[in-house]
Amino acid sequence: MIHHQNHQEAITNDKTIFGFWVYLMTDLLMFGVLFATYSVLHGNIFNGPSGKEIFDLPFALTETIILLTSSFTAGLAIWALRNNNKNQVLLWFGITFLLGLSFLVLELTEFHKLVLEGDSWRRSAFLSSYFSLVSTHGLHITAGLFWMLISLIKVKSQGITPGLARKLTLLSLFWHFLDIVWIFIFTVVYLMGAI
Amino acid sequence: MNNENLTNINKTESKKILQSYITGFILSIILTLVPYILVMDHLLTPLVLVGVILVFAFVQLAVQLLFFLHIRQESKPRLNLVIFLLFFGTILVVVVASVWIMQHLNYNMSLVQFNNVMNYGEGF
Repeated sequence: MIHHQNHQEAITNDKTIFGFWVYLMTDLLMFGVLFATYSVLHGNIFNGPSGKEIFDLPFALTETIILLTSSFTAGLAIWALRNNNKNQVLLWFGITFLLGLSFLVLELTEFHKLVLEGDSWRRSAFLSSYFSLVSTHGLHITAGLFWMLISLIKVKSQGITPGLARKLTLLSLFWHFLDIVWIFIFTVVYLMGAI
Repeated sequence: MNNENLTNINKTESKKILQSYITGFILSIILTLVPYILVMDHLLTPLVLVGVILVFAFVQLAVQLLFFLHIRQESKPRLNLVIFLLFFGTILVVVVASVWIMQHLNYNMSLVQFNNVMNYGEGF
């Protein structure tokens, strides 16, 4: 006898989705440690610049809004997925990808500017901890973008298969998680740096 | 493991899901802009400002957990929620205790403390 589950029960009972969730929690723990390190070292500027001097708040807000919007469009992609709408999945994950890429490009230009003016991760403990925290997040974003690109190609070529539906669900969890981490980076690093 | 159930929802479920994302997005935008404006225009004293923006960050965390990650809509047993709370508690202890310990270490290794012990009878 087949028990017909709704999508929420299907997600709850899926071991892979649960396992991925546990992984995300351990990833959160890692970011927590990077945040703790930043908290301890953010005052150690070693006669170099402080956060106040190098952080551009409007720029950081732009990055934040872009990433937040991309998390929203990823949600819309999953909404399309639940409605088995292949074209809308492609559209919304496509937009999410472009927004994520824009975020990454903005972040890299910020890093580039800092390194060019001599304020790289080697300058001070503050900058070491800043670059460690923010670029770890950026690396996660990069991995997510690769994952998204490959997923888009798969959807385009083979359509929404059950296995692919589950993988796209995992991708959306990952992407939402990265936006959540960025909220704390924006708050603890950029906003608090400006106070 | 029936993955067909991940792609066939009815109209009411579809509307609820869409509503969830839109509400979460709007709330998150507000919860981002308010602390930004508070900081940019120095609308509060520094210590209060730090507390307030942290609160906004945690509220936005809750909003995104609820509206984007649907953590409340799990059916029993709510393992995802339990695991999240476990890790949240762990992270809180790791972060707060680390910062607390390092602050004490910083002070205990400082000349100020040495001076206080030598000249003012401060204990460890």
